Amino acid sequence: MKPLNLFPYGSNIDFMRLRWISLTVAALLLVVAVGGMVTKGFNFALDFTGGVGVELRYDKAPDVDDVRNKLDASGFDGAQVQAFGSGNDLLVRLQADGKQEGGADQASSVGDAVAKAASLAGNPATKMSSAVISAQVGNELAWNGFYALLFVLLGFLIYISARFEWKFAVAAIIATLHDVAICAGWFALSGHEFDLTVLAGILSVMGYSINDTIVVFDRVRENFKTVRLPPRELLNRSVNQTLSRTIITSFVAMLTVLALYLYGGGSLRGMAESQIIGIIVGTLSSIFIACPLLLWLNVTKQDLLPKAKDEEALARRP
Amino acid sequence: MLEYSRFKYAIILIVLAFSLLYSLPNVFPQDPAVQVTANRGAKIDATVQKKVEATLKKASVPFESSAIDSNGNLLVRVGTSDAQIKASSIIHEELGSSYVVALNSASTVPEWLRAIGAKPMFLGLDLRGGVHFLMQVDKQAALQKRYEATAEDIRVLLRDNRIGFSSVEPDANGVVIAKLNAGQDASKAQQLIVRDMANYVIDVEGQQISVRVPQVELDKMLTEAVQQNIGTINNRINELGVAEPIIQRQGTDRVMVQLPGVQDTAQAKRILGATATLEYRGVVEGNAYEARDSGLVPPEARVYLRKEMGTDGKPMPVLLNKRVIASGEQLQSASSFFDSQSGTPAVRVRLTSVGGQRMLDYSGAHVGKSMAVVYIERIPEVKIVDGKEIISTRISEQVISVATIQSSLGREFQTTGLESMKEAADLSLLLRAGALAAPMDFVDERTVGPSLGKENIERGMTAVAYSFIFALVFFLIYYRMFGLITCLALLINLLAVIALMSLLGFTLTLPGLAGIALTVGMSVDANVLINERIREELRDGMPPQSAIVEGYEKASGTIVDANLTAMLAGIALFAFGTGPLKGFAVALILGIVTSMYTAVSASRGIAALIYGGKRKLKSIAI
Repeated sequence: MKPLNLFPYGSNIDFMRLRWISLTVAALLLVVAVGGMVTKGFNFALDFTGGVGVELRYDKAPDVDDVRNKLDASGFDGAQVQAFGSGNDLLVRLQADGKQEGGADQASSVGDAVAKAASLAGNPATKMSSAVISAQVGNELAWNGFYALLFVLLGFLIYISARFEWKFAVAAIIATLHDVAICAGWFALSGHEFDLTVLAGILSVMGYSINDTIVVFDRVRENFKTVRLPPRELLNRSVNQTLSRTIITSFVAMLTVLALYLYGGGSLRGMAESQIIGIIVGTLSSIFIACPLLLWLNVTKQDLLPKAKDEEALARRP
Repeated sequence: MLEYSRFKYAIILIVLAFSLLYSLPNVFPQDPAVQVTANRGAKIDATVQKKVEATLKKASVPFESSAIDSNGNLLVRVGTSDAQIKASSIIHEELGSSYVVALNSASTVPEWLRAIGAKPMFLGLDLRGGVHFLMQVDKQAALQKRYEATAEDIRVLLRDNRIGFSSVEPDANGVVIAKLNAGQDASKAQQLIVRDMANYVIDVEGQQISVRVPQVELDKMLTEAVQQNIGTINNRINELGVAEPIIQRQGTDRVMVQLPGVQDTAQAKRILGATATLEYRGVVEGNAYEARDSGLVPPEARVYLRKEMGTDGKPMPVLLNKRVIASGEQLQSASSFFDSQSGTPAVRVRLTSVGGQRMLDYSGAHVGKSMAVVYIERIPEVKIVDGKEIISTRISEQVISVATIQSSLGREFQTTGLESMKEAADLSLLLRAGALAAPMDFVDERTVGPSLGKENIERGMTAVAYSFIFALVFFLIYYRMFGLITCLALLINLLAVIALMSLLGFTLTLPGLAGIALTVGMSVDANVLINERIREELRDGMPPQSAIVEGYEKASGTIVDANLTAMLAGIALFAFGTGPLKGFAVALILGIVTSMYTAVSASRGIAALIYGGKRKLKSIAI
């Protein structure tokens, strides 16, 4: 029986010829993404901004404007009301600082109050979950996310420099940063809510993107050791050899994330969305960004040869 | 050659058996149950158990069984959640406040599985419902108190040594400034302060001495404040009737409290945020039991109840003077230690100078008499009267210690003769809690309803199931026999992740379930690499068996590099993430670790089992 192939083997596409086009497209995308982040900013969720959020469920699908008016009338001015998950669920956000007095006598449940106020005639709302978060905690979470990003980048830099070579590390990290930027840029431009799970999704995209790049680089390293070819042809060959694997892995990963998107419910949707984008961009970036960057950085066979010993030996000579 | 040693097969079997056994408990459902815990020295024994069973039978509430578990709690299993609520309120009425009655769920995991330490995964709040609080110590208030105390110490020191001063006050930056009267010996004052406060930073300018409390002291104080707040919260949560509360310190100045199953956030907050204080009172001689029962109390006294139970099963009464000797505000510190003189555990107490003076006056006149410490909590309560919320305060008073005055006491004194070091530690904790060390603010509050929890589990499980099925179907079609091998490896991987998470006691959250689904997606990469490599070797004309060997050999290095870098992201998430995100990171990290074994080694074993034995293998289904 002949093997089933999604992608014809023995492909010989000249990816490196496209390098100026692909790098330009990548740069343009990056500009758009960063521009979106700078001009539009993120629609940060409660997790980062602090405030009050209440998830409500209605018996029948409610009219969002009615609910907003009801809330306004009850003194919850400027409440944001948005659909969440299925049609019967709404998310109400109040942009008040979530800091509360320690004085226990003032303690009352904002969540229950909102549910009461948001109930429509003949269509009562029940509180599914609520969160009251102080801006300070939110701010710290945002910083922690930033530190995590730095930690990952530094870890990649050290690991790849040690296992490969600094040019590989630089190319891989630029490709990964590009993916993260596009992912984040999507959330800025679309205005989709950026919450903690999206942050987690983006961090796991970093893991996925680097994984993909490493597989291609590994082939490049192997070929440098065994095949005599000029770098340009060698890079092309490596990308082509790993092409079917790249596509299949991404396809299966995409399937699992799709399951998450379809069946995971409202609170996992953001995470799944970030990963869908991350998988697409991460796959393309290892082919169209990481490898051309390697060529640009002038990677040669000598870079991968152990040289520390030679230099020591040279230094010992009279 | 395509070989796989017996030793390696044995490892696969062990891994498989381990994964199966330790993931098995998650299959068993949790029974609704009511948990009864003893409070205030009461005991759970067969009598209580019989009483509970009889009460339930009388009220005709169906229950399945009741048993006293290893922690000494009584667990009554009931069939339905309706019966659970009914049973809980009936038991509570019958047993009264000496026992805490809480809704819980009882595991139906068989005994033999529990014997080997297998247990189901602990579900996070987002999956089981409940409330989550993050409380933060009011640093400013706590520091201010510390500065005041330092100023007070210096005042006493100067007064005792007859050095005149016009004022000793902390300034806005927390530096205590002592202004000595003209003609006083500043250097002598400095020496005295240095002697008593060794590591404090002291500056002298003319007749003005400034003393700065070192950062180490402040940090230590803050740590203690959080510690004692955790102690207080622990005590109070008992009152809420929560089965498995989690109280954890977070960072330097925060406490995280998770109460599974609790829905009334307001009530929980009132109890957690209640204020406490304490009072030292003299014991009035007389028969306290008679006074309690007859209501005939000496005019200068009141009946208080002790923490300890008397022979009649009720808290022991004690008659205390209405006049307060010293109160919580005058208590500066309390610590437990082992007193070598009396050979018993003891608590050392330090009062402010005002409190010390009053203690000296009282104790000097009452040597040989007893003195008691009353712990007072003010818990606000809300009652609905005529549709209106009425906020009232419930005051709970309890005598936590009664001791004999052996000599006249000053600012510093000791309570010796305590039964155990634990009792000493508990008493000092209560004393400090009563001193109102540092008020706490709620900075984060999350509630998840029980129905949402159930929904989240369902959604998460469905997502995991579909991600797994999608991958299986694709692999079976695309790689045929090797697809089957990949699927088996994936299955072992999934079981291993669940087994490890259950055994190591990691909390499963909704993002954690997403992490498991994602693990499936990412761990297939290793097998794709191997399978593609085998195909490649086959195309290059290698014989099937060598192609399989080559495929595994060459792909292994790549797999390690690719997985280790991907794991860095998981580690970062674990290190910097909070709450549910940690669950995601744990699933991701464990998934990567186990998949490196299952994809590379276990799948190779299966391949060797299928193709290894055949001498003349012409083709393989890949």
